[in-house]
Amino acid sequence: MSDPSAALLIDGVCKRYGSLQALDHVSLTVRQGEFFGLLGPNGAGKTTLISLLAGLGRADSGVIRVMGHDVVDDYRDARRNLGVVPQELVFDPFFTVRETLRIQSGYFGLRRNDDWIDEILHHLDLHTKADVNMRALSGGMKRRVLVAQALVHRPPVIVLDEPTAGVDVELRQGLWAFVRDLNRQGHTIVLTTHYLEEAESLCGRIAMLKQGRVIALDNTADLLARPIQQMLRLRLRGDVALPADLHAVARATADGRVVLALENADAVSACLARLHAAGVGLEEIELVRPDLEDVFISIMQEAA
Amino acid sequence: MSIALRTLLYKEVLRFWKVGFQTVGAPVLTALLYLLVFSHVLDRQVEVYGGVSYTAFLVPGLVMMSLLQNAFSNSSSSLIQSKVTGNIVFVLLPPISYREFYAAYVLAAVIRGLVVGAGVWLVTLWFVELPYAHPLWILFFATLGGAILASLGVIAGIWADKFDQLAAFQNFVVMPLTFLSGVFYSIHSLPAFWQTVSHVNPFFYMIDGFRYGFFGQSDVSPWISALVAGGSFVALTYATLNMLARGYKLRS
Repeated sequence: MSDPSAALLIDGVCKRYGSLQALDHVSLTVRQGEFFGLLGPNGAGKTTLISLLAGLGRADSGVIRVMGHDVVDDYRDARRNLGVVPQELVFDPFFTVRETLRIQSGYFGLRRNDDWIDEILHHLDLHTKADVNMRALSGGMKRRVLVAQALVHRPPVIVLDEPTAGVDVELRQGLWAFVRDLNRQGHTIVLTTHYLEEAESLCGRIAMLKQGRVIALDNTADLLARPIQQMLRLRLRGDVALPADLHAVARATADGRVVLALENADAVSACLARLHAAGVGLEEIELVRPDLEDVFISIMQEAA
Repeated sequence: MSIALRTLLYKEVLRFWKVGFQTVGAPVLTALLYLLVFSHVLDRQVEVYGGVSYTAFLVPGLVMMSLLQNAFSNSSSSLIQSKVTGNIVFVLLPPISYREFYAAYVLAAVIRGLVVGAGVWLVTLWFVELPYAHPLWILFFATLGGAILASLGVIAGIWADKFDQLAAFQNFVVMPLTFLSGVFYSIHSLPAFWQTVSHVNPFFYMIDGFRYGFFGQSDVSPWISALVAGGSFVALTYATLNMLARGYKLRS
């Protein structure tokens, strides 16, 4: 174990659910003030890890500390230092937004917290909904309240578990602006997301999990600079299919292009020749810099 | 009392108070209907204590039955709803100890039980004049009975994964124990075998002790009832705290 001043210290954590090894000797450290990304496919163990550090579950072995406080032995201080935005869109239908935030403040031992509650409501554009019952809010508004609830006690470490899942673009951008601002003020942010472009633009450092193990942990810039394959981006002409032997290295993009991850320049030449021989016409050819998604796929394949 | 405990208690009380029509009004009406039907049919036909009319005998039983059932409902339904909808995380994420958690749910449930019990007592005042021989026993058994059922509600709410499991617990455990506890009759009117069976039902002691507070007479000594009810509460508290300390079905 090292760096006792770390915002999060996770050392040798294991967790098993029946026959499933959800976390397998996970160790990582998040430094204070970092914007840290936790990535991985579904079932990789991200939410399990967050549950353990939030005290919603208990590790079978290993140590987790939040701002130096053990989440089991010193759970009160650990939880005071942590704000968690859960992945599920949960709410208590009995209360208004303001009641919800006052109650959440009280759970953390805070009374007369209205000044800060008003500030959060303002930043999250919820001030006009303060006296509205939670049931009457849209999904996006409920998501904002979840963020507000995680912030009522001004935690130095904020964990956002897929906070933009199913959220419209406007809210997503507003939320990131707010979270960036919190990070600039010194809050440590830990983010899990399936939107890799978000992680790429926001996170200074990233850990990738697969089947309960950390398979990559590095600065985002260093991850992007990894000497991985040549990325050949193509737009195919007409309604033609790629030859079957290229499917393994190809993925489709949202804008209808195809990206092929190829070993080196020779493989690029061979691929173009293969397409020509197969009669596949090309409208666009581009060699592109790998983005986080390419790195993510490459690392996941290496770990397979 | 810590701010966290006070807040959780406040939240739990506010939760039932916001739907008071359903959580307080409805059980009071139900008890009133029991009183109207049973007292009308049985008042001149059932012999209970000497010098006590059946209607007068029935009222403390109805008050206590409503109190117990609603104390159970409050903690159990709040927990199962929070678990099923997922908002239990709002209570699990903050630095609330398991003892504070237990205390808040039990106290809120006792408050609801007492409010419903007081409501039943108030509406029945129109129908019968009750003596108050030992008011402290009344308060003691009302509070302790509420706390016992509140604890049972915490156990049921944590144990149940679905609403129908909770309904089964309520229908197959709480209701029979309540109805077979002497709410509607004195156990001395039962055959010997059923009298013996009644003596192993802790609900009988709660209701019998509560009734002693009104009439100064009961089927068993109030001290024995206090001992049995107190022992039941200690045992349930121990079991519940043990579940909560282990995080049973709450912190996987």
